[in-house]
Order: sequence, then C-alpha cells, then structure tokens
Amino acid sequence: MNTVLELHELKKIYKGGNVALKGISLQIQQGDCFALLGPNGAGKSTTIGIICSLVNKTAGKVSILGYDLDSHSAKIKQHLGLVPQEFNANRFEQVEHILLTQAGYFGIPKRKAQANVDYYLEVLDLKDKRNVQAGALSGGMKRRLMIARAMIHDPDIIILDEPTAGVDVELRHSLWKLVKSINSNGKTIILTTHYLEEAERLCNKVAIIHNGKIAHQGSMRNLLESSANEKLLLTSINKIEQLPQANGYKIKKLNDHSLEVTIDANAGLNSLFKLLDQANIQITSISNASNKLEQLYMRITNQKQVQSS
Amino acid sequence: MITHYSNRVALFTLCRLEVRRFLRIWPQTILPSLISLVLYMLIFGTVIGSQIKTMGGIRYIEYVLPGLVLMPVVNNSYVNVASSFFGNKFQRSIEELLVSSASNWTILCGYVFGGVARGLLTGVLTLLVGLMFVPIKIFNWPLALITILLTSIIFALTGFINAVYANKFDDVSIIPTFVLSPMTYLGGVFYSTDILPEIWQKISHFNPILYQISTFRYSLIGASSMDGSTSFIMPSLLIMLGCIAVLTTISMHLLNTGKGLKS
Repeated sequence: MNTVLELHELKKIYKGGNVALKGISLQIQQGDCFALLGPNGAGKSTTIGIICSLVNKTAGKVSILGYDLDSHSAKIKQHLGLVPQEFNANRFEQVEHILLTQAGYFGIPKRKAQANVDYYLEVLDLKDKRNVQAGALSGGMKRRLMIARAMIHDPDIIILDEPTAGVDVELRHSLWKLVKSINSNGKTIILTTHYLEEAERLCNKVAIIHNGKIAHQGSMRNLLESSANEKLLLTSINKIEQLPQANGYKIKKLNDHSLEVTIDANAGLNSLFKLLDQANIQITSISNASNKLEQLYMRITNQKQVQSS
Repeated sequence: MITHYSNRVALFTLCRLEVRRFLRIWPQTILPSLISLVLYMLIFGTVIGSQIKTMGGIRYIEYVLPGLVLMPVVNNSYVNVASSFFGNKFQRSIEELLVSSASNWTILCGYVFGGVARGLLTGVLTLLVGLMFVPIKIFNWPLALITILLTSIIFALTGFINAVYANKFDDVSIIPTFVLSPMTYLGGVFYSTDILPEIWQKISHFNPILYQISTFRYSLIGASSMDGSTSFIMPSLLIMLGCIAVLTTISMHLLNTGKGLKS
C-alpha cells in the first residue's frame, strides 16, 4: 500500500497563543477510510485546514502523494477534495453553476466538466435541483451539493469534515452508503466525526486526537479487539430477585427488570446465560450499553486527560 | 498536473463568474452611475454651468464631463472587487477557490478583471450618455481608453486589498467614504486646481486622482487645467503604472501569506 498522506510533527499555534496542534504525526495509506476522532477543540479541523491549505501551519511537514505541501501546493490540491463542516457555497449561485465553477477552478473546461456534473447530480439525487439557488436547498441537499463539489475534479483523497452532523437518519445512511461506494472505488477517505458508530461502520483506520496530540493511532479492528470488556443491557420478563455472581462478570441491577452486565474479554456469553438461567432470570432482550468504540474512545481520552493534568 | 492551460481555464471561469455577477444585478451596478451622470449634467450643465460659464477657458459643462465619467469608473472598479471578494470571504465561498489548484495570480487577476470590466463598461456608458449632453469630438480615443483602463485597475486592486483586510461589511465602505470620495472631489472634477490658494494647489499635487482626471480631460477635450501644458501626461501615466505595480505587489503578498484569509 502506498502512503498517500503523511503528517510529520505538525504544529499550529493560533494568534493569541492558542496551541491547537502540539506536533502530530500520522500516515494514511491509499484506499484507507481513515477516521480522525477527538473531542471538540482537539485539533481535527485544524489538521484538515492545514492539509487543504485553509490554515497556515506553524511547524512540521505535510506530504501528499510524495509532494511537499510547501513547495507543491497546487499539484497537491488537484488530488484533494474537501467536504467542509459548514455550508460554504455561494448561496446565490445555482447548483449546476457551483459545480461547473468548481471544475473550472481546477482547470476543467465547461464542455468536459458537464458530464461529471450530470453524473454527480444524478448520483446525489440533485438532478431536479440543478437550476435552484444553493441558498434555497434543504440542509441535506446542501450537504450533498458539497459532496458533489468535492468530487467534481475526481480527486484521489476525499476529506469529509463531519459530513453527517445535524442530518436526519435517512440521509445519514444514504451518505454512509455513498462514502462506502466512493471508498470501494479506490479513493482514500479521511473522515472526522463525532458519531463513533459512523467511524466504526465506515473506517478501517483510526486516529484519536486529544489536546492537539495523537492519543491513539492504528487499525479499527485492532482498536476494537483491544477492548478489555463489553457492557450489555439485559431485560428480564420476570422480576429480578437475586443477582448471580461469577468470575468474569460484573452484574448490576438497574431496576426490577433490567441488568447491566460487564463481561471480561475472556468470559463468554454462554456461561452468562447459564448463570442467569440458574438464577431464574428469563432474558427477553439484549443490547450494547454503549458503542464499543465509544467506550474505547472515552477510555483513551480520559487517560490522556489524567496524564496531562 | 498543473499547467498554464489549467490556470487559464480557472482564470476564465473566475472572470466569467465576476462579470455575470455584476451584469445579473445591473440595476444596482450599472444604472445608478448613468442616472447620477444625467443629474450632474442637468445641474452643472443647465443650472450652475450657465452661471459659471467657463473654467480654465473651457466651457464649464465640457470641463466637468471627464471627471464625471471617471468618478463612476473609480467607484465601480473599487466597489465591484471589494464587495465581491469580501462577500465571498464573509459567506466562506472563497474557500472554493483557496482549496482549488488555481494560482494566487489567477485569483487576483480574476477579481481585478471583474472590477475593470465593470469600471470600463460604466465608463464607456457614462461617456456615451455624457456625449448626448455635450456633443464634443473625442480628442484622443486611445489615451482616453488607456486612462480609464489604468484607473480601473488601480481602484480594483485597492478594492481587493481593502476586502482582504475587511472583517465586516462596514469596513468595505470606509475607503470609499473617507478616502475615495474626498480624493475624487478634491481631484479637480468640478474646478481647476489653479484657482486654489497656493498651499492647496501644492497639496492637490499629491492626489493621484488629479493626474488621472487631468489626463482623461486632455484625452477627451484636448485641454487641461494642469499647468496649462501637456507635459504632465507621460508622468501621469507612469505614476498610474507605478501605483499598479505597488498595489499588485501588496495584493500578491497578502494572498501568498494568506493574510485575512487563512488563520
């Protein structure tokens, strides 16, 4: 796998002394769907801003497809497509014009860009809106327009900065489908999100930024497998009288009909159900108490918080 | 691969966008200058002109026409770039350009082209309307067009610099209100600087608009109030070219460093 993006000791200090990045380094391989996670103010958007030439870095090196950002900015930009967090297209321009204009900025003349524009209007279900002013679109349509705009010059790397923030469930699922299909076509995706379920579903690699530093970096599978325990919510049809006890399980009664069970990594579910059966607890439903990645994320960021304080 | 062709396409795209923008709202961008000129012509031609009769030996209405044509050129070139660039900065659509592979030269030339196109169009239209009131034979067409062109480039660049520094819409109107208007009115649009007290005559010579208006006046009617000679024309053109060089250097520096655009 080729490295398509490499950050080395990237630092950013804003005017007024706010230190956003304290020297982050990471590598992204071709075809990765890379999740960049972190709490608000961690430095995710600053990192993306630097990669896309919207923020000036204070120190460090950004290399994309082997080109240094400082000396080959224009070449690099040809390979990047950005879907920003907030809508930033000209509200008074029509949808089709926005896409044709963006293609033009990348040096694609109108006659060549038209086919791409038609394709993305179709794929993103904006065909009927081609002559509508961008400002008149709904939130979901604006989001789709920004995705079409980022794809219009056929970039190798697509950066999505919280693409599903504030969108409804239906649109979120259709965007996930789209991101998966873009990724399966060999494009590299960099995704920042607050929805950890989204990162878990879509991404094969993950980096967690905390306080301007990389707190964790690696494959999503390894991260999820590193989880020491799993927390489940169980609902019983009958009233829970007494709690069973066993090694490997921490069982907590939430109310007369529900339990929270923390299962160690080496303990299985079969033994748990035997145990519950012996205690005459008839389980009718089972669910995760919280997303696994969310637990890991909280653990990593809390650890870093303690270390830094 | 970034080629000159890519940048040419990007430049053409930006120029087309900018021209389309001001043409789409022509009642706001083109028409007011023409209405103002008609009003000025009625007031200065009929009402005040009949009292003053001549200025520097030239019929008053003919004397004021060049300045009245150049004033909208100055304003429109400036306002077009300042409002368009700041508007894009304000709604963050400027990021479309900043993330693209278009060079900073392309960005600057595209915006300046928009300002110059509006300045030239307004200038030519106001001149044609003015000629209906003052049917004169243009003395030197090429010099007239060169003066309008250089003037509009200067003020388009000034508008660009102002827009880069502006943080709110009020900031965009500071320069036209407090700098451009006084400089234009004190640049000899309505009177000859020869009639000013000596000290004000000297101060007026530091006003670049005085040279633009005097050169333009000479190109239209073949006479100028400035020193009563034509020796100022070449220095005036050189001053204008010098201004363009300085303003271009400043603009490119702002774009290259991302001042006002990148955090």
